[in-house]
Amino acid sequence: MKVLAIALNTFREAIRDRILYLLLVFAVLLIGASRVLSMLTVGSEEKIVKDIGLAAISLFGTATAVFVGVGLVFKEIEKRTIYTLVSKPIVRSQFILGKYLGLVIVLAVNVSVMTAFLYGLLLVKGWADASMAGAVFLTFVELLLVTAIAILFSSFSTPILSSLFTVTVYVIGHLSWGLQMLAERAEGALGRGLCHALYWVLPNLERLNVRGMVVHGTPVPAEQLLLGAVYGVSYTVIVLALAMMLFRKRDFL
Amino acid sequence: MSVLAIEGLRKSYKGHLSITHREVIRGLDLVIESGEVFGLLGQNGAGKTTTIKMILSLIFPDAGTIRIFGEPSTSVEVRARVGFLPENPFFYEYLTGHEFLDFYGRLFGFPRAERERRSKAMLERVGMTERAGMPLRKYSKGMLQRIGMAQALINDPEFVILDEPMSGLDPIGRREFRDIILDLKARGKTVFFSSHILSDAEAICDRVGILKDGRIATCGRLADLLTPSVKSWEVTFSGPAFAALQLNGFGGKLLSARGEESLVQVTDEGDLARLIDSIRAQKGRLIAVSGHRDTLEDLYLREVAR
Repeated sequence: MKVLAIALNTFREAIRDRILYLLLVFAVLLIGASRVLSMLTVGSEEKIVKDIGLAAISLFGTATAVFVGVGLVFKEIEKRTIYTLVSKPIVRSQFILGKYLGLVIVLAVNVSVMTAFLYGLLLVKGWADASMAGAVFLTFVELLLVTAIAILFSSFSTPILSSLFTVTVYVIGHLSWGLQMLAERAEGALGRGLCHALYWVLPNLERLNVRGMVVHGTPVPAEQLLLGAVYGVSYTVIVLALAMMLFRKRDFL
Repeated sequence: MSVLAIEGLRKSYKGHLSITHREVIRGLDLVIESGEVFGLLGQNGAGKTTTIKMILSLIFPDAGTIRIFGEPSTSVEVRARVGFLPENPFFYEYLTGHEFLDFYGRLFGFPRAERERRSKAMLERVGMTERAGMPLRKYSKGMLQRIGMAQALINDPEFVILDEPMSGLDPIGRREFRDIILDLKARGKTVFFSSHILSDAEAICDRVGILKDGRIATCGRLADLLTPSVKSWEVTFSGPAFAALQLNGFGGKLLSARGEESLVQVTDEGDLARLIDSIRAQKGRLIAVSGHRDTLEDLYLREVAR
């Protein structure tokens, strides 16, 4: 109930914040642009619409998760609204969880609207198929994790640094396979150790990316979706727990 | 059982790169009993807000203990019985006054009907019923202070903590806030507030504590701390020059002289009589004589200067 109250308040803030609408408009424009682009190419129109559409959903979702996410906690401290909040009968982890859930609701609405738009576009063309839903589902799981990472960094750092850290983790997370390759080729033991450590600590976000398979019509097995979801959600829980731990003893100056 | 008991409280803030640190609170002890209005006084930067933040677990002490209703101040259950209004409050400006109070009501777990009832009563109590539908970003500073007071009282707290509640209020607002605090006292609540506006503290406090160098320098009932008898007199008169009057041998002090008019302060009753006689003897006109009692301001200035 208390977590939900904070979540709904966070959702309300985002909805009344015009930046979010702007992101949505951009997404809609980009999906529209994929249609225009597809007209300029011969043959693979369907792939281009699906590819750009799914990439736009991921990109705008991630941008929202990172840039709204890193400000969630920081803004409450900066604007001192946290004083009246934390002095009420709530524990700090409820606050973190509430802020997180609030942004997750925002992302759910955001991704749903973009997906509905993309499906509408494909339906008109007669290209709509259910496999798209799997790609969007794993994209959403990825957003759950990215949001948690943004909140983790923002629980002890400034928004600029937090966004930098989060984007770094996001990029490395998508190049995870490269880390292992790098570890094999690295000369010093230290470099090898570092690459291995990063490979094991940072999430492998490519496990949550089946967009390429969907675009090329390769069927995505249900187990892959399920395993991806379990992987993403487990990581999210660990990252959120860490954020709560760091936030527990923080002084609000 | 005391409402608030603080023992050996210490807090320091780290400077740049955590190399330097400044100790703001240095062994603060304080007990507040049920039903009293306590004023924590001190200069800007004395550590009033730091103390309040520690009481509410917004920051954590380096050493010492804080108990509210006998429980550790970090206990969540205890906070359900406490109300808090921060200094210069900032609130969610995208919410309307009504949504704002409803949100805080939810944090106490009140059901919808209960929240409605409490919000309505609180809006009325702080005179904001007509602005309930307006977003907070359009509120003036005084209006924010009022809605802030409403959120502090939404749970009908037994213990109310107010950080500089009168700052930013106009004279009417200050009078209304004073009435709210006195009303809380009349209903048996305990009020702890910090202030540097001494006239407000003098009007509503049962006890005051003066915070200096990170400790409570003086603490007690106003009646005990301030001597009730007249300490000095101020005499305003026109006509004879003060220097001429002094020939009659009394130990007065000239406070101001403007044209024909002089203002003289005497501390001895005999001196007062002699001064008045002299003025009359020299055909001067006595304009006013006023007795000056020890005020909180005198006490405060003495303590801070010590």
